[in-house]
Amino acid sequence: MTRLLRDRRGAFGAIVLLSVVLCAAAAPLVTSGAPAAQRDIVATRFVAPLSSDAHGVFHPIGTDRFGRDVWTRLVYGARISMGVGVLSVLVSLLLGIAIGAVAGYWQGPISLTLLGLTDFALSLPRVVLLLLLAALWQPSTALVVSVLGLTGWMGIARLVHGEVRTLAARPFVEGAVAVGGRRLRVLARHILPNALTPVIVAAALGLGNAITLEAGLSYLGLGVQPPTPSWGNMMASGRDTLVNAPWVAIAPGVALVLVVIACALLGDALRDQLDPSVRSVAS
Amino acid sequence: MFARLGQRLLTGSAVVLGVVILTFLLLHVAPGDPVRLMLGPTATAEQLAAQRRALDLDKPLPSQFASWVGRFARGDWGTSIAKGHPVRAVLGAAWPATVRLVALSLLLSYLLGLAVGVVQAARSGSRTDTLLSVTSVTLFAIPGYWLGLMLVLVFTYWARLLPAFGAAGFDSDFLTGGAFVADRLRHLILPLATLTVIGIGGAARFVRGAMLDTLHQPFITTARAKGLAQRRVIGRHALRNALTPIVVLLGLSLPALFSGAVFVEAVFAWPGVGRVLVEAVQARDYPVVMAATAVSAVLVVAGNMLADLLAAWLDPRVRSAAA
Repeated sequence: MTRLLRDRRGAFGAIVLLSVVLCAAAAPLVTSGAPAAQRDIVATRFVAPLSSDAHGVFHPIGTDRFGRDVWTRLVYGARISMGVGVLSVLVSLLLGIAIGAVAGYWQGPISLTLLGLTDFALSLPRVVLLLLLAALWQPSTALVVSVLGLTGWMGIARLVHGEVRTLAARPFVEGAVAVGGRRLRVLARHILPNALTPVIVAAALGLGNAITLEAGLSYLGLGVQPPTPSWGNMMASGRDTLVNAPWVAIAPGVALVLVVIACALLGDALRDQLDPSVRSVAS
Repeated sequence: MFARLGQRLLTGSAVVLGVVILTFLLLHVAPGDPVRLMLGPTATAEQLAAQRRALDLDKPLPSQFASWVGRFARGDWGTSIAKGHPVRAVLGAAWPATVRLVALSLLLSYLLGLAVGVVQAARSGSRTDTLLSVTSVTLFAIPGYWLGLMLVLVFTYWARLLPAFGAAGFDSDFLTGGAFVADRLRHLILPLATLTVIGIGGAARFVRGAMLDTLHQPFITTARAKGLAQRRVIGRHALRNALTPIVVLLGLSLPALFSGAVFVEAVFAWPGVGRVLVEAVQARDYPVVMAATAVSAVLVVAGNMLADLLAAWLDPRVRSAAA
């Protein structure tokens, strides 16, 4: 862990993610506490960043066309965006680990079917599937989580499958089988814990991806529905006021890019630490 | 080579068939009645039933699917519920725009990404490498729809230089020669730049990784030991060998690129398959959704196959084994 933080990329990623999560968790303390509050629209709309409105209330990133404080919405949006991202990655992890482990441990028709399914799902354009699923049912936050989870497990399944296959042939697993461990127990207690390291890296990268896609769906109006703020629907509403108030669209975008960079860098740093062969090369 | 081609064709068709079946099932599981949507709230029960019969929606699922596949294979893709045009005409007008956009941006982003990645790998660990790494991670992290908005803000609203939507101006029908070409190009710049800039980040990361893997092979040490110049080691020995995984990744990045194109097309109202799909999905225009999904699956599978064959052809071992 300390080694991870000594890597500048790891430290940057950890600090950014930690501060976003802290801000989101402490949202009522660091903001006005009411992301959907509108008062006196005419006097408070389109207030520029770093200035106060007619009532003397200070707005660090200005207000949108309804006079809502952009900073407050950004922080409350982080709750939704990070929450949706983390939950959907968890769904993908569960599915991917289950499918990969079964396919890797039970050779034969089951394994072939699961691998075929994985390859098939992997060759689909994910966004086409997302659009289809998101538009067929009533858009909601729960739908976005399940849709992202259901379309994100394939890479993880492949990773786990590869790891489990190599581990299953190792002496310590044969030993566990020889002393009479049941197969499911051997898989869960002996193989999986050793197969999980590359999965953590994939999960870090998957988090960035899920957050981007959630924002994309919300941007198209198929994800989290207003007035609940999410970074995606904030960008969508900022798109309509791009000329009058560009900050409404800029702020959530910058936040999103920072978080995704943090995920990517953290993932890179983790991978380099876990794989000694690359460690010498990494800067 | 031909056996490989045949095998790829087979798996490719299986994927397309799978996509079509999946889409078909999803459309029928999902809530929402296309017939009711088509006829509006004032329709009577008899009218709904008659329309259902006309569209074969009253038959059991497998027979509906069989008749749909049959008609699809014959080239009768149905009529768009929302627009009233034949689906084939709607998509026939759309797919060249998508292919143009995606192919150009793939080419540009890989050429630029290749250059950046090779420079980084050649100077691995240097300040240049770090700087370019930070840049490519940043580009990689920017979502297309947001970058598109920012480019529109800068080049359309602030600089007033480039148009923000469509593939041609309103007066394009009356333009001729140079003016026509200029109009098309001006409309192409922003969507193409958006898609390319995002692509460079990913491509450069891939190329850097593939080059570094190759640079640690024993034959590179041999080349260095022979006293070859750095330029020659990188260009003749490392790059050529790193090219195969890069081309394979190029194929694998196609679905992602196409996904990016869906958002970029939506932002810039680019008249491609992505925008048709988004609009059809929002209007529950079933025939168009089915056909657009099938067409995008075909585009992605075909692109993957091309990349796979290209990679096989680039690798002399595979080429000679097949000959």
